Amino acid sequence: MPLDLKNERGVALDKQRFSWKELAGKPYSKLDVDAFTRVRVILMNGIESEQVRFLHAMARMNHELRADLALVRRIEQHQQTLVNWLNPADQSPLETTIGYEQVAIELTADIAQKEPDPYLAQVHRFGLLEDFDHLYRYAALYDRLMGGDANNFTQSYTDIRPGRPTELEHRHPLDDLRTPYDPQTAKPLSKLHAYVLVAAEHQTHDYYMHVGPFFADPVARQLYAEIASIEEQHVTQYESLIPAQESWLTKWMWHELSEVYTYYSCYQQETHPRIKAIWERMLQYELGQYAHVRGLFERLEKRAAASVFPDRLPEPIQWKQHRQFVRETLERELDLRANGAKFVEADAEPERSLQVRRELNRDGSPSEMVAAGWSWRPGGELATSALRMAEGSLQ
Amino acid sequence: MSDAFDTGLNRTGIATSPIDSPDVLKGAQVGLPVHSSVGRDAAAARRELAREAEPIGHVPLPASLKGMAKTAMTALKGEKASVFIDKLGERLAFERSGTRLYELVLLKGEAYPTWEGGPAIAELREHHDEELAHFGLLQECLTQLGADPTAMTPSADLAINLSIGLPQVLSDPRTSLRECLEGVLIAELADNACWETLIELARELGQSEMATRFEHALRNEQQHLRRVQGWVRTAVLNAATPRRQDDRPAAH
Repeated sequence: MPLDLKNERGVALDKQRFSWKELAGKPYSKLDVDAFTRVRVILMNGIESEQVRFLHAMARMNHELRADLALVRRIEQHQQTLVNWLNPADQSPLETTIGYEQVAIELTADIAQKEPDPYLAQVHRFGLLEDFDHLYRYAALYDRLMGGDANNFTQSYTDIRPGRPTELEHRHPLDDLRTPYDPQTAKPLSKLHAYVLVAAEHQTHDYYMHVGPFFADPVARQLYAEIASIEEQHVTQYESLIPAQESWLTKWMWHELSEVYTYYSCYQQETHPRIKAIWERMLQYELGQYAHVRGLFERLEKRAAASVFPDRLPEPIQWKQHRQFVRETLERELDLRANGAKFVEADAEPERSLQVRRELNRDGSPSEMVAAGWSWRPGGELATSALRMAEGSLQ
Repeated sequence: MSDAFDTGLNRTGIATSPIDSPDVLKGAQVGLPVHSSVGRDAAAARRELAREAEPIGHVPLPASLKGMAKTAMTALKGEKASVFIDKLGERLAFERSGTRLYELVLLKGEAYPTWEGGPAIAELREHHDEELAHFGLLQECLTQLGADPTAMTPSADLAINLSIGLPQVLSDPRTSLRECLEGVLIAELADNACWETLIELARELGQSEMATRFEHALRNEQQHLRRVQGWVRTAVLNAATPRRQDDRPAAH
C-alpha cells in the first residue's frame, strides 16, 4: 500500500536521539538471516551515506541553510551508523562484497522493470548486466582464495554466472554520461530510481576503495581496483540522470523522499522482527526530516511543495529474486555498449573507450584471471573432485 | 644473501627516536586521563553485552528428513545430531579452505627455493590432495546423515574466522615459503586436535564406520603436522647457522 505523505508527520527532529549502545547495536546473524535482510541493511547504509555526502556538499554552497543542514546531517550520520553496525563482525569484507553485488543486481532489476521511462529503463538494464558480472567474479575469488561458497550469502535467489564481462566494461568517461530526465515531465518514480541508484553505487564504490587494500592476494587487490573503477563509472552514469537545473532544496527534498521511500519498502517487507522495528523507527525519523525540509522548501522557494513533489509515494521496491528478468536481459542486451548517452551494438563503440580499455587491460585483466574456467557449483568448484578423491583414498 | 631474516631499517621501536621519545613520554605523563563523568568501565560493558548477545547462528535442520530416517540412527536425533552436524560442517569448511591454503603454498614452493630438510613439491602436493579428499569425505558423511554439506554451520564460521589470518599471510606475494609454512603449522595443529575430538564424538554417537574413516584422515594429518613442524624448524635453525641459504625467489 503506498504511503500517504500528507497524513504522516513522523518524529520531530528534536526527538530523534540515540545512545552509543543503540548505534552499535546487536548485529544480524550472517548464517540465519534471510539474504534480503542483508541486502536491505547494505542498501540503507548506502542511502544514508549518500545523504550525508550530499548534505555536506550542499552546506559548502548554501550559507543560509548551514544550520538546518547541520541539524539534519547529524541525525543522518547516526542513522547510517545504526544501520551499518547491523553487519556482523564474522562477515568478512569479501562476504559483505557478495552482499553488495546482490543489492546491485536485485535492486536494479526491480527498478528496471518498474521504470516508466523507456530510456531510463535501458540505462538501468545496462548497469544491471555489469553488476551481475561482478558477483560472478567475486564469487570466484571467494571460492578460489578462501574456499567459500558465495551461495551461502545469495541463498539461491540470484544466479551466479557471467554477465557483460568486466574486462569489457571499462569506458571513456564521456561514454558514461547519460541524458538527464526532464524535471517537468519525469514521473516521481523515475526520479526516485535515479536517486536510489546513485546512492547504492556510490557506497559500493567507497566500500571497495576502502576494503581493497586490506587484501594480501595480488589478484584480489587488482580485482577490487578494477571493479571500484566500474562503480565510479556507474556513479557517473546514474548521477548524470539527475538534471543540474533542479535547485539545491529540490534535490534535498528528493533525497529525503528517497529515504522515506526506501525505509518504507524495507519496513513493509522485513521478516526479521528486531530489524523491522528499526526500519519503522527510521521511517518515522525520515518522515520528520521530510516535514522539516518541506517547510524550508515552501518558505525559501515560495511555492507549494505539492506543486513539485508527490503526496503519495509509489509502490515500494519489491525485495524478491528477478532471475528470469536478468536472464532475458542477458540474452538480449549482453553485447550493448555505450556511445555517449546512447546505447549501441559492440561494433559501434567509440574508439576512445576501446583505447581506455586497451590501456587498462594491457598487463592482464584481474576479473578474467580470477575466474578463468570457474563456474559456480554448490559447495564450491572443489566439491566434485573432493568426492572423487575421497572415494579413491579414504575407503 | 637475502632472506626474510635480514636486518634493515625498521622504525617501529621507541629506540628509533632517541630525541623525540623522552619528550613524548613526558607529554603522556603530563596529560593524564581525566575520570569519565559517565563512569562505567569497559569490562562491565563487555560483560553486559556478552549476556545480551544473540548467538552467531544455528545449525541448519537436516535438508532431507528421509535421509535422516535412512541412517536409522536413534542416537543421532535432537541435540546430539546437531552437535555432530555442526562439527562435521566445521571440519568440512576447514579442509576445503585448507586445500586452498595448500594451493597458495604450492605457488610459493614453485617460486622460492626449498632448503635442506625443507619440503619437496611432491610432499606439498600430497598434503593438498589429502585435504581435498578429507573435504570429500566430510561431504559424504553429511549427505549420509541427511544434512546439507553446502551449509555453513556456526562452528564452521568460527573456525574460518579463527584462521582468517592464514590465507591473508599465504596469499601475500611478500611472504616466503618458510613464512607461509609457519601459517600452515597453525592450521595443522588445529586440524589434528579437531579431528581427534571429531573421532571421539563419532564413536560416542555410535558412528563407528565414520570414526574409522576419520582415523585414517587423522593419520594423514599427523603426518602433515610432523612434516610441517620439521620444515619450519629446519628453516629457522638453518637460517641461524653458516649454512643459511638464500630464500628469496630467483629472478626470472
